[in-house]
Amino acid sequence: MSAITPDDVAHLARLARLELTADELDHYAAQLDVIVSSVARVSEVAADDVPPTSHPLPLVNVTRPDVARPGLGAADALAGAPAVEDDRFRVPRILDQD
Amino acid sequence: MSASTASTKPTSPVPFDEALTRYEPVLGLEVHVELGTESKMFCACPTAFGAEPNTQVCPVCLALPGTLPVINSIAVESIIRMGLALNCTIVEWCRMARKNYFYPDMPKNYQISQYDEPICVDGYLDVVVPLPDGEGTTTVRVGIERVHLEEDTGKLTHAGGATGRIHGADYSLVDYNRAGIPLVEIVTKPITDTGALAPAVAKAYVAELRDIMRGLGVSDVKMEEGSLRCDANVSLNRPGDEWGTRTETKNVNSLRSVERAVRSEIERQAGVLDAGGRITQETRHFHEDTGVTTPGRSKEQAEDYRYFPEPDLVPIAPDAAWVEQLRATIPEQPSIRRARLAQDWGIGAFEMESLVNAGVLQLVETSVEEGVEPDAARKWWAGELLRVANERGVEPQDLPVAPGDIKRVEELIAAGTINDKLARSVFDGIISGEGDADAVVAARGLTVVSDDSALLAAIEQALVDQPDVAEKIRGGKVAAAGAIVGAVMKATRGQADAGKVRTLLLDHLGVAEG
Ligand SMILES: [Zn+2]
Repeated sequence: MSAITPDDVAHLARLARLELTADELDHYAAQLDVIVSSVARVSEVAADDVPPTSHPLPLVNVTRPDVARPGLGAADALAGAPAVEDDRFRVPRILDQD
Repeated sequence: MSASTASTKPTSPVPFDEALTRYEPVLGLEVHVELGTESKMFCACPTAFGAEPNTQVCPVCLALPGTLPVINSIAVESIIRMGLALNCTIVEWCRMARKNYFYPDMPKNYQISQYDEPICVDGYLDVVVPLPDGEGTTTVRVGIERVHLEEDTGKLTHAGGATGRIHGADYSLVDYNRAGIPLVEIVTKPITDTGALAPAVAKAYVAELRDIMRGLGVSDVKMEEGSLRCDANVSLNRPGDEWGTRTETKNVNSLRSVERAVRSEIERQAGVLDAGGRITQETRHFHEDTGVTTPGRSKEQAEDYRYFPEPDLVPIAPDAAWVEQLRATIPEQPSIRRARLAQDWGIGAFEMESLVNAGVLQLVETSVEEGVEPDAARKWWAGELLRVANERGVEPQDLPVAPGDIKRVEELIAAGTINDKLARSVFDGIISGEGDADAVVAARGLTVVSDDSALLAAIEQALVDQPDVAEKIRGGKVAAAGAIVGAVMKATRGQADAGKVRTLLLDHLGVAEG
């Protein structure tokens, strides 16, 4: 079941703001196809009595009390940022979104 | 981008009333409410508004590797109470979902939200909508599709280029203080059949939501600070046709703007349709200054968020008994409460509106509960006490005036000890910390001069001072009596009853009331 096409990869690349060449699209389509096909084999094993699940632990309602603690502080928060201005993270402007 | 269509040619808006003769609007409103929790949705960072940039952030809300989110229990409690106040069903089990997108307002490259399993579904809200030209009101039931929990995003400031600081460079600065603050999204079902009332319905709905959230105490719902935000979906169709293509107007940050944005979008779309154009499904931005919307991102390349159940969180399964406990904490819906009180107090919608706008409704209600007559409670809170509060730059409820004070002042007026004018001085004394009403009356010597002989002496003096006026009154010109009464009031520093002075004066001169 070959599912991933170069067009799929181009779509995903656009969503992820990645620019890929035509060669790269083919290259990653083949790689992703192997991954997706491998994962899909789980469906073949799972019988009808196994419900889809999103979490391995049989827990619900894990919450914390609403108590505030001080954060990192701006200096530590920004310490690992590639670019900083006015105590803010400086990033390239993306598209024409507001 | 797709090939351009006929709709790309600019068209003139059609005047609102005319647009409504040919088209029927369908509305959909999405309201975001920032919860007033102490800490963020998934971490313990504080949530104060207006803090210095990036001072309310931690490894969790900065998405540093190895961190995991944990749900804020009060956020869950708050949204359930909101859902109950909006007559929703609270689901027995639901999950958070990961909404994937690449934009620097979220450092994770996704936002934790809810997708196909919202926690509250299928409710409604009855809103009271004023009819045009003050012709009373009508009640419109707005269906609630869903109420779901998510986290707010960081705040971007676009810089560079135009600022000239870095030539040609366009970049953005990001403050993550707001990223991760609990956010509730309330989505209506399509609102149809409102016709020309559509803009007023939108405004009344958002206003009622605001009042409900305030009553629940789950948010400070300040539109000007962004803790309540509204997106308005609008489409038009000809009567009998299917619904038209809708646009989504963002940036609507005041109640007045909600109404104006819907109105302006109806006028614009009617212009496009009249010219034979097609409405483009897109995001539009409302501009406060010009009152019109302009196009933003086109939805032709619809975002593909690739939602999936959030693997870092376990499901939320509200216990039924707990939900019932929360239901008991839901206050009466604000519009229903206002209608009930207006009827109890024998006042109309306009008077009620002015009490609400003045922020004194609760104070009047409390005073009435403590035994003050409704008319008196309204008179003092919406009049003198509101004036003093404004003068002092405080909220009326922060004035040190208790319902008991108003009750006592009214008793003193009824007994003839003081009049309305002196009562203002009594309140001034109470507010200035001079003690209760009786103490102020005693300390300031504020009693109506009711001793007839003292008043007569003042009347005689005034007649001597103004012989020409005295002559006119004796000659039957009763209208001239005002000058003498005024002089007596002045002589007694306002501490006399003007009506009584007038009667005494006319009796004294043997003139009948004209
Ligand atoms: Zn944090």
